[in-house]
Amino acid sequence: MSEPILEVQNISKFFGSVIALKDVSMFLRAGEVTCLLGDNGAGKSTLIKVLSGVHKPDEGVYRYQGSEVSFSSPRDTLDLGIATVYHDLAMIPLMSIWRNFFLGSEPTVGWGPFRRFDVDFAKRTTREELGKMGIDIRDPDQPVGTLSGGERQSVAIARAVYFGAKVLILDEPTAALGVKQAGVVLRYIVQAKQRGIGVIFITHNPHHAYPVGDHFVILRRGQIYGDFTKDEIPLEQLVQMMAGGADLEVLSHELEKAAEGGGP
Amino acid sequence: MSSLAVNTQPAQAAADERIREVGVLSRLMARPELGALVAVVVWLFFAVVAADNNFISWATTAAILNRAAPLGILAIAVALLMIAGEFDLSIGSLVGFGGMAIMMLVTPVEPGGFGWTILPAIGVALLITLATGFFNGVLVVTTKLPSFIITLGSLFIFRGLAVAVPRSATNRTQLGGLDEVSSYGPMDAILGTKLELFGARFDVAIVWWIGLTIVATWVLMRTRVGNWIFGVGGDNVAARNVGVPVNRLKIALFMTTAFTAFLSALIQAFQFNGADSLRGSLKEFEAIIAVVIGGTLLTGGYGSVIGALLGTLIFAMVQQGIMTGVDGDWFKVFVGGILVAAVIFNNFVRQQATKR
Repeated sequence: MSEPILEVQNISKFFGSVIALKDVSMFLRAGEVTCLLGDNGAGKSTLIKVLSGVHKPDEGVYRYQGSEVSFSSPRDTLDLGIATVYHDLAMIPLMSIWRNFFLGSEPTVGWGPFRRFDVDFAKRTTREELGKMGIDIRDPDQPVGTLSGGERQSVAIARAVYFGAKVLILDEPTAALGVKQAGVVLRYIVQAKQRGIGVIFITHNPHHAYPVGDHFVILRRGQIYGDFTKDEIPLEQLVQMMAGGADLEVLSHELEKAAEGGGP
Repeated sequence: MSSLAVNTQPAQAAADERIREVGVLSRLMARPELGALVAVVVWLFFAVVAADNNFISWATTAAILNRAAPLGILAIAVALLMIAGEFDLSIGSLVGFGGMAIMMLVTPVEPGGFGWTILPAIGVALLITLATGFFNGVLVVTTKLPSFIITLGSLFIFRGLAVAVPRSATNRTQLGGLDEVSSYGPMDAILGTKLELFGARFDVAIVWWIGLTIVATWVLMRTRVGNWIFGVGGDNVAARNVGVPVNRLKIALFMTTAFTAFLSALIQAFQFNGADSLRGSLKEFEAIIAVVIGGTLLTGGYGSVIGALLGTLIFAMVQQGIMTGVDGDWFKVFVGGILVAAVIFNNFVRQQATKR
């Protein structure tokens, strides 16, 4: 087994009296997909923000490529090749695809006051890079707002890959997507993995996680509830753990009773 | 309608069968400046109504452009700032403030000024005005309050200062006599002079206006900073997440509006041979109106500097048309009507552009 590219050990994060994360440990290897599963409020968002450098952990160790690191902004993590794609604000709808693709990392030509955005290169590269990911683009000039949700996610992933991401953190990329669109995104996750990129895939849907994941980390109430490789856990058990097994059984009994009673 | 397709084959670059030839009209519809094409209609309307008053003549053209230039210079920076999603309501006050700063510095010690020569006075007044823009910008990015409120405060603060400081020092709110200061001539030649062309007199300010429009358009469309401006206006947080220096950009844009206010004040100081504390009143709204007529969204992320130029032109043409052909009392009614029509029209155009 190769060394993990990214690893956190006993991370804790507090907001005032609230314990958002407690003693969370997880790791990621290059060319693998680690799925981070958890229901709403499990601490997924906080963990992503710690991993992507938005929050500093209050306790614990963050290791990247074998050495201990500490980040003060998302820019720091980006510079080291850790790219985060947020599901809600991945793209700017009114801007064209090529402007979005290079936003924040524009290629330039010329010198001094005449240094300018290399527009032709940007348009050409956008088309090529999306092509490599299997996304066939018609017109790089069209506003991102005209793309569907899954396509936007795909463009955002392609962008992160192009800018040399070694680790991709995907925050619920399949949430709010239809079945087919989610499939499109899952395919790009596998593409990224095959190109040797480590992917942390955050989701609350085990059916999306299971086909692409190598490794599953389940968060509950701010703590690690389970940590499995794919051959250790079948899908059914993952679904059960995700939903909090016992709670679900109680709920289904209650619902059955209500149904037998003929409703209120 | 989906615009991407998932293929296992790599994309074919040329001759894509899914690209439909779109007509000239729908291509135009995607441009922010389209709203300002209404300019042509307005022009024709007043040309007909005021035909006997020589509306279409070199003299009238000069009158319109001379009227438009000082406002147009402001509208350039206001457009950039609005595309980045912020407002600057203090820009009109800064015109008064900047003008009085120059005049306070060159006014002789006797009535209460500093008695400086022209160049150092312009330099220091520029720095002071840029500092006000810096103040606006820093306040907006640190408090994260709407810039509308912050600069509404600045509107009163700087107008108040433009009245109070000269009055307490010189007992006046109008300072003249710029032409008596040494080395007035060369500066007047580039800022206040009039150019004789086709038998009409054009202010040199028009050259500044058009020149700055070209520079600003280039910055917006063809530089990194331009891409950042669109990005920040489209989505502040997303832009920050991909590494755009959002705060520095916004502060720089507030300083740009302060700079154009100063340039406008400087040009008018040479044109009118002095400054008035109340100069630039209501220009903040006129600039926003010009920019919005030019197709820039109030919510940011979309717009153009060329549009701001056209919007200013419409504003000035309506004003001139009213002056020459129609009763001046109706001017505000027209401007308000055009503004509302432009916003409705631009909204419609944007929906068409993003829907397809």
